[in-house]
Amino acid sequence: MKHSTLGSIVAGVALSFASTAFAQVEIQWWHAMGGTNGERVDKIAADFNATQSDYKIVPVYKGNYTETMTGAIAAFRAKEHPTIVQVFEVGTATMMAAKGAIYPVEQLMADTGEPFDKGDFLPAVISYYQTPDGELLSMPFNSSTPVLWYNKDALDAAGAEVPTTWAEVKDASQKLVDNGMKCGFSFGWQSWVMIENFSAWHNIPMGTKENGFAGFDTELVFNNDAVINRLADVADMGKDSLFVYGGRRGDSLPMFTGGECGMWLNSSAYYGSIKSQSEFNFGQTMLPLDTDVAEAQQNSIIGGATLWVLAGKSDEEYKGTAKFLNYLASPEVQAWWHQETGYVPITQAAYELSQEQGFYESNPGTDTAIKQLSLNEPTPASRGIRFGNFVQIRDIINEEMEAIWAGDKTAREAMDTAVERGNVLLRKFERAIQ
Amino acid sequence: MLKRVHFPSSLLPYLLVAPQVLITLIFFIWPASQALWQSMLIEDAFGLSTEFVWFENFQALMDDPLYLATFKRTAFFSLAVAFVSMSFSLILAGFADRVIRGATAYRTLLIWPYAIAPVLAGALWVFMFNPTLGIVAYGLEFLGYEWNHKVNGGQAMALVIMAAAWKQVAYNFLFYLAAMQSIPKSVVEAAAIDGAGPMKRFWTIIFPLISPTTFFLLVINMVYAFFDTFGIIHAVTQGGPANATTILVYKVFNDGFVGLDLGGSAAQSVILMALVIAMTVVQFRFIERKVEY
Repeated sequence: MKHSTLGSIVAGVALSFASTAFAQVEIQWWHAMGGTNGERVDKIAADFNATQSDYKIVPVYKGNYTETMTGAIAAFRAKEHPTIVQVFEVGTATMMAAKGAIYPVEQLMADTGEPFDKGDFLPAVISYYQTPDGELLSMPFNSSTPVLWYNKDALDAAGAEVPTTWAEVKDASQKLVDNGMKCGFSFGWQSWVMIENFSAWHNIPMGTKENGFAGFDTELVFNNDAVINRLADVADMGKDSLFVYGGRRGDSLPMFTGGECGMWLNSSAYYGSIKSQSEFNFGQTMLPLDTDVAEAQQNSIIGGATLWVLAGKSDEEYKGTAKFLNYLASPEVQAWWHQETGYVPITQAAYELSQEQGFYESNPGTDTAIKQLSLNEPTPASRGIRFGNFVQIRDIINEEMEAIWAGDKTAREAMDTAVERGNVLLRKFERAIQ
Repeated sequence: MLKRVHFPSSLLPYLLVAPQVLITLIFFIWPASQALWQSMLIEDAFGLSTEFVWFENFQALMDDPLYLATFKRTAFFSLAVAFVSMSFSLILAGFADRVIRGATAYRTLLIWPYAIAPVLAGALWVFMFNPTLGIVAYGLEFLGYEWNHKVNGGQAMALVIMAAAWKQVAYNFLFYLAAMQSIPKSVVEAAAIDGAGPMKRFWTIIFPLISPTTFFLLVINMVYAFFDTFGIIHAVTQGGPANATTILVYKVFNDGFVGLDLGGSAAQSVILMALVIAMTVVQFRFIERKVEY
């Protein structure tokens, strides 16, 4: 009995070895897209697999962004890592600093001889993921930017216009509340929307050294008057329920879709959710301008994630990976992905294709994000941000901002503390990667 | 003259304890020593560059006012969870002990929450208290009380304490009920004949007699609140708002798995380990002596 069991195990193992030797090259792709977006990711992989027979992309859902990234890092330490991993934008500095662990996408394309032209990509999207010398490190996949979502019915009922400045946001919120709404506006991903993008949108640096792009010895400087006055004003609006805080990330979405708040500042990628959950006419428009700070808007910065290729795999796998990344960036795939999800198309060609298909005409406002991103040539203050330990720094910013909304701290105290605490983490990161 | 029986030394006793020793080595000593080693390193997330720094990670923690605040918060949280859940289960057990008809049904219903995983318990409370959708939050608003635990740290703390205590009530109830039922009926009946009312009987007879159980549960509940509440906090508040519900275990997780600061996180887990050892020793050596058996 024992012998036969052992025998069958040996046979089984031998068989599985044999079958992998003849089969396609499998390439693991770890991602963080749950729900409907997860199904779309599966479709992209399946479609690619159907186009050829040499390689097989295997998408694996690994939880939220943080879980996916830490999972891949832990797997790397155990030498069990995937070839492709989806990492959110705040993890960029950590990935970039791990020189021996990553395979820069541009280099991958050159080494495998796959056609690749950086000029095809939208500058605002790829500038976030380039080295100071301009080498592209990871492949943009799902990129979005915050926009101002509004409940059109509620604004109309209150007799308010769609706001374009913060003063108008205040005015419109007052009208909404006067008209019986529970809150004027709310926002999610507050560090990203109210500090990172607020700074870029008004062309103010968030940190020294070109927001960290020019070196890891960067320091945070977002405790400036522009940011502080903006947050103080929002906190002030909170007293009359013109603003109501609804939690981190997208937690405040139900407040908007449920009709409590008339306006919501958050990612353009909520398009799908808002469309399916709301029972009113909604629209999206550009982020409001703070006329006390700048005369005109600069450009907003992206959020979302890119695909990183990890080191230590075979040439064959890299060849397949390069082919897959090219497939992913093709206009048809990108245009489909963009139109389905609300993420911005990563190439000019995909944007043009969507225009040709008449997507923006039949869905007005869906090009707000891409317009915001390409409003102006990115400056050192609006190209993006690159800070080490930024996952934790964002948490700190969240904490300090929550202290403002709770009335425990003034905006100035909170931002001063956030900068001070954040700088400690930046120094820690600088030291750890040396 | 001391008489001793000498057995020929054999391999058998060693073999018999070997599995236990092995389990301890693999599941406790080895990871614990790994944590100790990691706590003295400053390392990038991928483990590509490592620097040995002795106790610098510990020093950094001691200099961090937020870490010290987490200590106080954890103490408050644990005591609150232990107190709330033990007093509730004591009351419930007191009543269940007196029930004659349908006793089994009551008991079964009261034990149910214990079978729920911490994360699910947390999710349950999150839905009830969700400021926008929650039924309890809605009711509170109706009464003129504004509930938003996403902004208000005190409310967030209250919510995780309630959720954590609620889950533990069943366990405590079981032990209290068993302890009360083991008290001889004659003692209680004698007191009743002498004219002692139910409250008097409870405080002068039942409560002192079940004090060993109370002590045992205190230890269990403290340890529960220290470690097992992670799932609840993760589901309910994720340590927020503004760290208001970040207890020690949660900070270990957050710094290590979210922040990727492995050295700092390992240092915290080493401190936590020392703390639990100290807590257990203190409780058994000093407090146990004062308990009447």
